[in-house]
Amino acid sequence: MDFSNFLWMRDELTLLAVILILFLYDVFGTEKSRRFFSATACTLLAVQTALLFLPALAGEAFGGMYRTSPAVNTVKIVLNAGTLLVLIQATAWIRRADVVIRRGEFYILTLMTLLGMYLMISSGNFLLFFIGLETASLPLTALIAIEKYHHDSYESAAKYVFIALFSSSLMLMGLSFIYGAVGTLYFSDIAARLAGTPLLYVGLVFFMAGMGFKISIVPFHLWTADVYQGAPTSITAYLSVISKGAAAAALMLILFKVFAPVAVVWQPVLWGLIVVTITVGNLFAVRQKNLKRFMAFSSISQAGYILLGVIAGSATGMASLIYYVLVYIFSNLAVFGVISVIENATGKVCMDDYNGLYRTNPKLSVAMMLALFSLAGIPPFAGFFSKFFIFYAAVQEGFYVLVFIALLNTIISLYYYLLVVKAMFIRQDDCLIPAVQSDGASRFCIALCVAGIVVIGLLSCIYTAISGVSFGM
Amino acid sequence: MNFLSLFVLIPLLMMGGLALARNMKQIRAVAAVGSSLQLLLAAVVMVLFLQERAAGNTAEMLFIADTVWYAPLNIHYTVGIDGVSAAMLLLSAIVVFAGVFASWKIDPLPREFFLWLILLLIGVFGFFISINLFTMFMFYEIALIPMYLLIGVWGSGNKTYSAMKLTLMLMGGSALLLIGILGIYFHSAADGNLTMNILEIARNNAIPHEAQYYLFPLTFVGFGVLGAMFPFHTWSPDGHASAPTAVSMLHAGVLMKLGGYGCFRVAMFLMPWAATQLSWIFLILTGISVVYGAFSACVQKDLKYINAYSSVSHCGLVLFALLMWNTTAMTGAVLQMLSHGLMTALFFALIGMIYGRTHTRDIREMGGLMKIMPFLSVCYVIAGLASLGLPGLSGFVAEMTVFVGSFQWSDTFHRVFTIIACTSIVITAVYILRVVGKLLYGAVQDEHHRSLTDAVWFERLSAITLIVAVAAIGMAPGWISRLIGDSMSVISERILQYI
Repeated sequence: MDFSNFLWMRDELTLLAVILILFLYDVFGTEKSRRFFSATACTLLAVQTALLFLPALAGEAFGGMYRTSPAVNTVKIVLNAGTLLVLIQATAWIRRADVVIRRGEFYILTLMTLLGMYLMISSGNFLLFFIGLETASLPLTALIAIEKYHHDSYESAAKYVFIALFSSSLMLMGLSFIYGAVGTLYFSDIAARLAGTPLLYVGLVFFMAGMGFKISIVPFHLWTADVYQGAPTSITAYLSVISKGAAAAALMLILFKVFAPVAVVWQPVLWGLIVVTITVGNLFAVRQKNLKRFMAFSSISQAGYILLGVIAGSATGMASLIYYVLVYIFSNLAVFGVISVIENATGKVCMDDYNGLYRTNPKLSVAMMLALFSLAGIPPFAGFFSKFFIFYAAVQEGFYVLVFIALLNTIISLYYYLLVVKAMFIRQDDCLIPAVQSDGASRFCIALCVAGIVVIGLLSCIYTAISGVSFGM
Repeated sequence: MNFLSLFVLIPLLMMGGLALARNMKQIRAVAAVGSSLQLLLAAVVMVLFLQERAAGNTAEMLFIADTVWYAPLNIHYTVGIDGVSAAMLLLSAIVVFAGVFASWKIDPLPREFFLWLILLLIGVFGFFISINLFTMFMFYEIALIPMYLLIGVWGSGNKTYSAMKLTLMLMGGSALLLIGILGIYFHSAADGNLTMNILEIARNNAIPHEAQYYLFPLTFVGFGVLGAMFPFHTWSPDGHASAPTAVSMLHAGVLMKLGGYGCFRVAMFLMPWAATQLSWIFLILTGISVVYGAFSACVQKDLKYINAYSSVSHCGLVLFALLMWNTTAMTGAVLQMLSHGLMTALFFALIGMIYGRTHTRDIREMGGLMKIMPFLSVCYVIAGLASLGLPGLSGFVAEMTVFVGSFQWSDTFHRVFTIIACTSIVITAVYILRVVGKLLYGAVQDEHHRSLTDAVWFERLSAITLIVAVAAIGMAPGWISRLIGDSMSVISERILQYI
């Protein structure tokens, strides 16, 4: 066996090394020395993220089983940055007496799912892709249930595991149909032999349904709100940005690389999915009172916007999708950062509890407001640029009507984002949330996110760099 | 980076200054110094522009600077001004200057108030200096969102409803606009060298007619929402009535001008063929705006609602005149923008000052203010006379030019609508004189009002600045209408070649 093949898997191996180090630390470290566990985990991941900036490789290993390219590398950087932010943000929560015992598991399992996402996006074969997908899903169940004695956490983990299994089996069925239609599972071979047979289309439909569960696009979204509400806030944040972003990137890469010849078939399907995803997500978000449910529906509609980059099928589409995910990570994590600080201090997660928040917690309110503006696509924040670019990519390929519908939806989304701003800045209440003393790590994370929201859009170099590595169908 | 970008940079520095300011005094100092600098800059730019023109530079736009921003998407940051933008910059600077002094005693949260107000300025000034579709759109949206909090937090009456309605309707307009400008961009060149630069798009003149047919309504309505075009004007009365003084001034005085400016700079300039084909629809709508706004103002009882509906009528006239295509009428349209901007700002400033004293805006509960606060009342009369078009004040110059231009069309359709629009002059006189008679000269309605004081220095400064500007346009309209006419003739000729 040629061990030099492993060199291509540089990123996966370094991440695996980080996981193993943390595992040994957790098992053999003394109670006292484990004080530094969170700091070590964050530092190691930061170092591993820095390693991703080494000149990207492009090529395939293990006979085409594993493929990597600069675009894949960029997606990994984006995912890593997001995971790092989530880990920093979780520091205060995981130190709490009832969960501190599972601190080791939290970090190891989270990084394990990240490893799965790496495999998902850099696979060259549907088998490896499926292994990656499962590695990315199953540990999440444990993570959601990590507050074991908390009823909601338990319930949503049960929901998630059923949905994950169901979607995996759909996906497997789809893959077997595709195998039956073309006789191979290697991406490059499928693309070469692809013929528009009904069997293939059925396989494609099942495959897209399976991915739909992961990205939570309507009509496969029904688990989202319950799971987001029940899971610990840091896990919800991770689910809503990293897990979703990785799945969207994987869907894009596969549709571009493997199913490009049958684009005429999947584009109309995606067209319909985007319309219902954005619209249903938005309309349901309007009525939510619990902020975590609210963010669940908001993230459903954001997934619809992300998919606009997929349907475009061009290099601009890929670049704006990666950029959108990056901006979305920063904006959403700022929101979840604020929610988790408030929740940890007071246990309140309802929109009405936020009435008059600006009076007592001005900094948190401003951070939240900027993040919501960014999600709504208001300039000069990064969300405006990412929305503009993704619309640009879609219009470039002639999807005028689709972009028009998406634009009308941005007004609905602005409405419900403004509801939160209204609660914080305009409404008054007798029982205000008292001034919250947040911990250093959360503050640092929120500050980082806000800085990202302001800077990423105005600096064009980030988009230019992403655009340099992107490719179309 | 050329000196036009200072218009965006100064407000940015002001925001930094406000963030550092420690007390009310410093906040005021930052706001006053910044807005004075901005006014000075606008005046200097105007002088430089006139000098350059006098020196024989006949380029469409002067002081053009271009910086590549997002190279892969062909997005540039391009600035440049013509006569109209120079005039609009000066107008904005004057209104902002007056607005800062009108909100001298803003309460609560003065720092946040000025921060949002200045963010709004960045949008307004950035919009007028941009000649690139992307930056124009970005600055346009920057100008919209601060309104939500400005009205929601510092407003009065049914403020949360008004703020939400205003924001959503204007953002709806900008959603139409976004698809419009993307469409324009992807049709901007026949040879594949797509561009977002307005001048280059106009030079290429490559947008196919069938594309113009749907892009023109999208952009025109998109900007028309902000220009209070019927039936998309409903945000305006509620928004203006609920907004705090300085915000009403800026919004009616400057922000609504963004709509009119965008209509001719983007929609009509870039798609002249569609302008000739589709103008009749919008002419009917704006004609309705003009008359309907004026009639609605007649029956209002709240001072701010009167002026808000009057704004609908006057801004309707701006769009109405633009759709007449000839240079005279279009020059009149821009003059009307300037005139309306100054005099509405003056109105809202005075209403704010009166409201601050009497704590009511209902004209039935006030009267005889001329005896109680003579300075404010005289200013109010001047604003009213400017509004109904008395010669010697700006309103006359603007409306005269508009109607002379409109009447140059000899066909029945244009004639009829010109005459209908002309009736608004009479209706305006009705609602202005009704208020002046009742409010200023009637009997004192409330004995408590007798003890009220007249304007203090910062209020006087604010009002006098605006009155001087209104009178200046009215007394010496020649140079400014030449300045505007030169720039508008470019657009007008582009359209007229298609009939």
